[in-house]
Amino acid sequence: MTGTSEAAGPAGGPAVRLEGVTKTFGSRRVLDDVSFEVPAGSAFIILGRSGTGKSVTLRHIVRLVAPDQGQVFVGADEISALSGAELSRVRRGIGFLFQSAALFDSISVGENVAFPLRRHTRMSDGEIRQRAADKLAAVGLESEYDKMPAELSGGMRKRAGLARAIALDPSILLADEPSAGLDPITGDEIDELLLGLKRRGGTTLIVVTHDISSAKRLGDTLLMLHDGRVVASGTVADFERSQDPLVQAFMSSQHSG
Amino acid sequence: MFGRLYELALDSLASAGDLAIFGFRAARESFVPPFEFKETVRQLYELGLRSAPLIAVSGMAVGVVLSMHTRASLERFGAESMIPAGLAIALVRETGPLTAGLLLSGRIGAGIGAELGAMKVTEQIDALEATAVDAFRYLVVTRVIACVIALPILTTLMNFAGMLGGYFAETAATGMSLTLYFNRAFSLIDLTDYVPATVKTMVFGFIIATVSAYLGFRTESGTEGVGRASTWSVVCSSLGIIVANVVLVRLIFFIFPKAAGG
Repeated sequence: MTGTSEAAGPAGGPAVRLEGVTKTFGSRRVLDDVSFEVPAGSAFIILGRSGTGKSVTLRHIVRLVAPDQGQVFVGADEISALSGAELSRVRRGIGFLFQSAALFDSISVGENVAFPLRRHTRMSDGEIRQRAADKLAAVGLESEYDKMPAELSGGMRKRAGLARAIALDPSILLADEPSAGLDPITGDEIDELLLGLKRRGGTTLIVVTHDISSAKRLGDTLLMLHDGRVVASGTVADFERSQDPLVQAFMSSQHSG
Repeated sequence: MFGRLYELALDSLASAGDLAIFGFRAARESFVPPFEFKETVRQLYELGLRSAPLIAVSGMAVGVVLSMHTRASLERFGAESMIPAGLAIALVRETGPLTAGLLLSGRIGAGIGAELGAMKVTEQIDALEATAVDAFRYLVVTRVIACVIALPILTTLMNFAGMLGGYFAETAATGMSLTLYFNRAFSLIDLTDYVPATVKTMVFGFIIATVSAYLGFRTESGTEGVGRASTWSVVCSSLGIIVANVVLVRLIFFIFPKAAGG
């Protein structure tokens, strides 16, 4: 069994929905009454400057962070109300590409990709190795299976992180600053990989970025956060027509972060 | 000034409470399935077997030194024949368990604190959770079980290495044979000397793993935080072992009066 579509929403419903989510760390309110919904199969971009709560928003979707107030729905499941086993079921349907790639540095690149398969499927060792090799090939790392993560460049680590995130063929893929810290060409390649997932498999993409060109290329819907609040949401065209000075400033910049 | 001291005291109390909850959870989940057998075996190898050379060499050195000191004392009373038995009793009852515990708090404690701390700051622990793996069970419970199993075994190794070191010192001084040495060494010790003192190192193992894993899981502030987690893991687990040893020795004397010479 793989995680395919385990986190998908009910037919026609949103894949992910946040309702009035508020989160405070210490005395700092990081998210303030954030609400949005992400249609299944779409690419949803969360934009904003550094420190505006984008990554925290993403972490709420897999309950790496729990909201102080509000609710987070993945499909029909209210994720903060789930028990351990139910939470595990929902998480198996979500892939997460971390900003730092977060590869397990004590095992090889291939075993990083194989890790979710070994944990959550009954596939044989040969099948797991084959699937991991296929996923690495899909991100252009077919010859790096036996290398250790420390031997990879930043861009290669991101690709390997992406291969691990899609190992279980998740119905939802969360990507935290997928092109941050990469050269423009490598960043574009990562964007193309993400777009390919959406086109081929109907994967719902939720991407956090401060790179406006990447957001325009990937996004069906954009949402902009500022100081933990939603200041704008809509299509790329809506953003380009917006009179909001924050949105205008962002849209006119190449890299505002 | 007093305000800061008050805040520090409150923070320390809160941390102690957190650590107690962390340790209680680790103890409880050690007995609740699903068990991470493969990872536990890997940790037994990493934390246990790979500590064996350190323990064997240290044990032998301790044995040589203890033997020399014992000889210097007993020679005055013409009781050199008691040297092997005296050394064995000292090693098995106290020196072996405590020295092994402190050495392993250095090697294992620093390792767990640094490894988990690095995993925390590089988001690897979050990545485990996001991959639908219970990071606490996978990273903490496996290490706790491995330490609880490994400590008594390594302590036994330390005891034997110490006795062997004592033999080398003794045979260099008097030419005593191996058979005679070990016959004399085991003449005064029995299971009530060995079992309680060795079993108490399971508590040392629990302390090392839970304290170090707790500090690793709480790591913040990048590489500086990792260094701090590693250092404090050694400091706190060593201190924990020394304090726990006082309580455990008292308890052993209460349950096994013979171990106190009674």
